Amino acid sequence: MAAVHPVIAPEARADAVLDVRDLSIDFATPRGPVHALREVNLTVPRGSVVGVVGESGSGKTTLISAAMRLLPDNAELRGGAVLFEGEDVLRMSPQALRNLRGQRISMVFQDPMTALNPVLSIGQQMVDIQYRDRGLGRAAKKRKAAELLRRVGIPDPMQRLGNYPHEFSGGMRQRIAIAMALLGNPELLIADEPTTALDVTMEAQIIHLLRELQQDYQSSILFISHNLGLIAELCDYVVILYAGTVVEQGTVRDVFHRPQHPYTEALLVCDPALLQDVTRELPTIPGDVPDLVNLPRGCIFAERCPRVFERCRAEDPATRWVSAGHAARCHLASPLERS
Amino acid sequence: MLIYALQRIGLAMLICVVAMTVLFSIAYVIPGDPASITLGPRATPEMREALRERMGLDQPLPIQLVNFFGNVLTGDLGVDVWSKRPVTTIVFDALPYTLALAAAGLGWAILLGIPLGCYSAIRRNTLIDKLTGVISVGAISVPSFVVAIYGILIFAVGLRWLPALGAGAEGDLLDQLWHLILPAFAIGLGWVGYLARLVRASMLEVMSENHVRTARAFGLPERMIVFRYALRIAVLPTVTLLGIAYGGLLSNAVFVEFVFNRPGIGQLAVAAVNTRNYPVMMGATLTTVFLFAICTMIADLIVALLDPRVRASL
Repeated sequence: MAAVHPVIAPEARADAVLDVRDLSIDFATPRGPVHALREVNLTVPRGSVVGVVGESGSGKTTLISAAMRLLPDNAELRGGAVLFEGEDVLRMSPQALRNLRGQRISMVFQDPMTALNPVLSIGQQMVDIQYRDRGLGRAAKKRKAAELLRRVGIPDPMQRLGNYPHEFSGGMRQRIAIAMALLGNPELLIADEPTTALDVTMEAQIIHLLRELQQDYQSSILFISHNLGLIAELCDYVVILYAGTVVEQGTVRDVFHRPQHPYTEALLVCDPALLQDVTRELPTIPGDVPDLVNLPRGCIFAERCPRVFERCRAEDPATRWVSAGHAARCHLASPLERS
Repeated sequence: MLIYALQRIGLAMLICVVAMTVLFSIAYVIPGDPASITLGPRATPEMREALRERMGLDQPLPIQLVNFFGNVLTGDLGVDVWSKRPVTTIVFDALPYTLALAAAGLGWAILLGIPLGCYSAIRRNTLIDKLTGVISVGAISVPSFVVAIYGILIFAVGLRWLPALGAGAEGDLLDQLWHLILPAFAIGLGWVGYLARLVRASMLEVMSENHVRTARAFGLPERMIVFRYALRIAVLPTVTLLGIAYGGLLSNAVFVEFVFNRPGIGQLAVAAVNTRNYPVMMGATLTTVFLFAICTMIADLIVALLDPRVRASL
């Protein structure tokens, strides 16, 4: 089945930092292949922030792992490409890949408590990341590290380089992780739920910091979250992932104000922060996420969709444009009105 | 770190005190009167009484205990019942042989076992990994005295490459090292397998941790990730184990010392037990306990040096 490729905007795709095309990835399991990602298309235009929203198990982590080729051993590429500045990350030489990681694409991980090496001082870790810079001495590398630590709001950075991760709070650690990610001055920063492990105050601070840094460094950010509020606050574009497929994507304004996919609608209704009425009972989406080993024949969301009709169970909908840069994978999505 | 070190030293001392008390109680409880054994069957009751008095066995129990502690602290472990030599001298004569044997045995086990385990973990499920696994389990399950006997049969009797018995001529270091090879091989073989398995398991665990993924995401060279980022954490349980292992080897060396007819603490203890030579037996056991406490303490300190989290958890 040839899907119509959704592109955030054709002109943006030409100048994309990251361009994921028709990416399909399976995981080999004893039960059979799990179709974790199916024909995922996603574009990160230069200098913009793209958010990816999805429940647990929707393929968010697989998607970003693929972007840096950090997939586990049992992952199998079924098709598609991950183009970074026009080069396919999935088919790069190991040498090229190493020069990409940490230099041109950096990543901030979900859990700052476990993402840093516990037995090396953060100074040592930040010096190690700069190992490619042979011209730079250890002292200079430390100065550079301290400078970035100051930038992300670590007081007394030169002294604190000697500290170990466990000597910092969670929020501080995430700041350090961000400083590490910025060491290589990357074109793309991938943030995998960077605030999930933090409390709300910290969350706001980190988001604020990310936005500031994005403007300072003019880098692009791929931001993974299941928090719609954060996405709305930080991102320019949003991609809604459900059970391994992109069900809707577009600008934050379009998707959040005029959702075209029933799943997006349901997500917006369920977000506690966006609830209009004061209620004791939080709304949920009835039903379960489909089994990714045995996929249903029709639409992936049909079983849980409030607006399901006959065609949904028989035919997997193609991705349809609803306006420039706004696409949804639903039979009901109203087609683009041309003027 | 200093506080931690002092704490560990204090703990080691406490272990020694407890062990001494237990040893003293055991010696007191077990049947057999040291005085009658020393004097032989033809001694008169008066002679026995006199000796008991001299040995302080007529004193009340608490006083005996205090005397015992006092003597040990001043380095007086009593006198050999048979040769009348001070036990301290006898123990310190035998000790270097056992220390060298245990060090050599564990030494080569470390040099081989840790790299093997590390390699197995990184090249998981390859032929070499599977082969290492099978050989490791095999090596663990063969007792060291069996290895010792077959070692002698093959390398000393059959091939005539290595000496079979003794510890080498006194003062001749090369000859002593030459005599150390087979016993060290026998005592270390099981540990090679043990360490390989242990390091493999902890290395696999560490390599799947988040911070290793972070290191990969920053494109660090694989060698740096393995040696600086992962192995350093993966050897921590091994270091703790090695402290106990070295202490354990000091007493377990007895089989190998027996087979190779080497002098040593184990040999000394067995001979002392057979002849009911209480002071020597007590001296040998106490020395082993002290060394055990020291070894575990050193291992704890090394772990603290390697792992800042341990230093912080005070």
